[in-house]
Amino acid sequence: MKFLNIILIVFLFFPVCYSKAEEQDKRNKITKNLRCLVCQGQSVYDSDSEFANSLKILVDEKIKEGFSEKQIYDYFKEKYGDWILYDPGINKNTYVLWLLPLLIFLIGGAIIYKKFIKKI
Amino acid sequence: MKKKILPISIILIFGLIFIVFYKGLQDSNIYTPDANIKNDIPIFNTKDFYSDETINSFGFFKVDKNYLLNIWSSWCVPCRQEHKFLMVLNEENKINLIGLNYKDNKKKAKKFLDELGNPYNKVFVDLDGTIAIEWGAYGVPESYLILNNKIVKKYIGPLNQKSIDEIKLFIK
Amino acid sequence: MIYSLIGYYSLILGLIIGISLFYFSYKNFNNSKILETKILSFTFLQFFFVVISFLCLIFSFIVSDFTNETVFNNSHTTKPLFYKISGTWGNHEGSLLLWLLVLTLFIFLFLLKTKNQPVKYKILTLVFQQIIIVGFFLFLIKTSNPFNFIFPTPTEGLGLNPILQDPALAIHPPILYLGYVGSSIIFSSVLAATSLKIISISWASHIKKWILISWIFLTLGILLGSIWAYYELGWGGFWFWDPVENVSLMPWLALTTLLHCILVLEKKSILTSWVIILSIATFTLSMCGTFLVRSGILNSVHTFANDPERGLFILVFLFILIFLSILIFFFFHKDSEKKSYNFFWLSKETSILVNNWFMMYFLSVILIGTVYPIFLDVISSQKISVGPPFYEKLITPFLIPFLIIMAIGPKLKWIKSQLEDKIYLISFFIISILLSFLILKNFSHNILINTILISSSLYLFFITFREFFTKKFKNISQNIAHFGFSLLILGILFNNLFSSEIITNLKVGESFENSKIKIVFESVKQKKEKNYNAIIANFYVSNSSGEVDRFSPELRIYNQPVIATSEADIKTTIMSDKFIVINLVQNQDFFNVRYQVKPFMLWIWLSVVLISFGGLLSFLQKKT
Repeated sequence: MKFLNIILIVFLFFPVCYSKAEEQDKRNKITKNLRCLVCQGQSVYDSDSEFANSLKILVDEKIKEGFSEKQIYDYFKEKYGDWILYDPGINKNTYVLWLLPLLIFLIGGAIIYKKFIKKI
Repeated sequence: MKKKILPISIILIFGLIFIVFYKGLQDSNIYTPDANIKNDIPIFNTKDFYSDETINSFGFFKVDKNYLLNIWSSWCVPCRQEHKFLMVLNEENKINLIGLNYKDNKKKAKKFLDELGNPYNKVFVDLDGTIAIEWGAYGVPESYLILNNKIVKKYIGPLNQKSIDEIKLFIK
Repeated sequence: MIYSLIGYYSLILGLIIGISLFYFSYKNFNNSKILETKILSFTFLQFFFVVISFLCLIFSFIVSDFTNETVFNNSHTTKPLFYKISGTWGNHEGSLLLWLLVLTLFIFLFLLKTKNQPVKYKILTLVFQQIIIVGFFLFLIKTSNPFNFIFPTPTEGLGLNPILQDPALAIHPPILYLGYVGSSIIFSSVLAATSLKIISISWASHIKKWILISWIFLTLGILLGSIWAYYELGWGGFWFWDPVENVSLMPWLALTTLLHCILVLEKKSILTSWVIILSIATFTLSMCGTFLVRSGILNSVHTFANDPERGLFILVFLFILIFLSILIFFFFHKDSEKKSYNFFWLSKETSILVNNWFMMYFLSVILIGTVYPIFLDVISSQKISVGPPFYEKLITPFLIPFLIIMAIGPKLKWIKSQLEDKIYLISFFIISILLSFLILKNFSHNILINTILISSSLYLFFITFREFFTKKFKNISQNIAHFGFSLLILGILFNNLFSSEIITNLKVGESFENSKIKIVFESVKQKKEKNYNAIIANFYVSNSSGEVDRFSPELRIYNQPVIATSEADIKTTIMSDKFIVINLVQNQDFFNVRYQVKPFMLWIWLSVVLISFGGLLSFLQKKT
């Protein structure tokens, strides 16, 4: 009986530990993506300002409440605007941003192929 | 003519880039998302400063009344400077001042109010700063003007004579 | 006070010489004698006056002459002497004086050292460089005078931000500018060469030295900036894709690409148009970067004074230079080589083209990422941020083929090649993949992309490493640089994957413990220095393998300006860095403690030094 109890405790404990590490990863990922608005060029993860610390607490709360990563980003975007996120995301404002370099890559490749390479 | 098309188009492109940079210089380069004021008042859990009673803010702000929510701390130097303006504003009976004590030590906060006066109808406590973020604040001091249950204006930084005059106009 | 006067009038004299140089060059375009006598001496004189001006400013800082507005704004009597001196160029006005110093120095050296080129070319290079120099003189005197008077004289200055008081940051601007501003000479000389239509194999050899100098200093300058960020800002990062960092990386990419192309042009008369474009682009990117950073149009860590008037001046100046270059390129550069290129797909030419292709892609990613927010804001009033996720997502996948081609490319021959050493090429490939799997087998996420990344960097590592033993000393400088690059990527990858961090709140006497490590917060002490007061926190850290370290991070409060900083205590060893940073938590009696382990930091720094060393070797090599 005692043995079973121990096993039970271990099993109950284990997922808590495991999900704690996961939570930590999620929290780190999110706070690295949030800009500290009162700092000059630091993420919330890096910063120790009052604003950043409060934000970190809020992120932890939201994770506990079960918010997904995207939901947390949306929550902060609503309060502070798109520019609190370091990852510009893909939306109507940023299609050009993401596609232009790739387009340049393709055009560069095409120019090189057409102009320079011996056609067999 | 064909030969000229490349240099001309390049010059045009750079001309456009010049115009964009020129306009970019004119605009403000401080990203203050004033344009991004979310109008609705957030709902939050807090404690009353004096009674320690836990409160949920739902229903606290009445539709027919005007409020100014002021975020302050005893350790915040500009808060001291703006405090006298709050005392002046308190004399207007058309507006209720609500204080949000931000990340503060209760004894020091009480001392602050004893020393400079208490203009607030009610003071809420925000120990970890998360309530301020619910309001979309950056830090202290910040104030929110609320009319008809909507946030009408946000003041970042200490209030001054100009902001008080503006508020008085709003509440007329 | 007298120094400000001397400094100011030296600038005026320098400007006058610049304008006279235009005159002399115009009048004596063909006369080689005038070059050796008048023009060389005048160029030296201009440099000399800028030196005088610069020394006057330094001296004003040293004696804390607060009649000078710049000294007042940026210095303080209690600052240590070393930082008083380096404070000279740590502000907007002083750094512009540094610009002028490098601009005038480089043209003087250019005229002095260039032997086998036509006189017209040298004079024309001077003319183009003087356009830049005179522009900067005007900019300085009109909008950014380092010798403004203030009256009445204050007794004390406003001080220099303490995070700028760091040895790496003190020498970062001079070294960076030697590279960044040094690319001006490439710009001027390519415009001159294009106008005179003398771009050729011999010109390529001549200009290569200047490209190398600029490149070496730019590489080291960027390194110093990263080292400063890492040690001083204490967050464990060394690259943030901040606009100012990007702005130094872009000319570096253009310059590296140019370097590869000039190596081609040195041997065959091809790709001349592209070489011209790259040369113009490098300095243009430098100027553009200066504009972005100093005008206040972008928001970043490094902001100097934000002044739209200055911004407007630089913007107009920049675009004058751009339009001038476009005109010269299209007017003078006739693609006399109406030749059709026919490179074999497996040849050195093609691999250099592919290198260019990828480098330009990386450049465009960084350029677009940095300026897009401005365009979006102007066109549609939306404000977004473009941060590290953007750059990492777009650059990382392309690094993989880039590294592999970097390994194979140098081994190809001109015109047509077969793959030599096929056995090595293939076996190293397999070893790289296996090794990566071994390293990463305990990782849960992103295992595929990381494996491929590590494999490609290991591949480059092995291939270049082996080259050292094949006794082909002809290309040793290139091999060292590529080897260094493989180390850099490997270092960054391992650092990213294996860094760890513990964040906890501790009161004095408390400790933190988990299965791997124990951190004990032993004590605090107070310290009083000349310009700051500090709290020193003593920590004792022991880990499960029995290693023990003591750390003493500090919290400092400087007296002028009143700023609180947190100084990390970093212990560097060959394999990793360990450090602790502490922070005060408002209204609480505990400290926030961050303990970080960052592997391979030293390798990252050393690999960049190795890359520059490859460049230095190439510079010193005598042409056979």
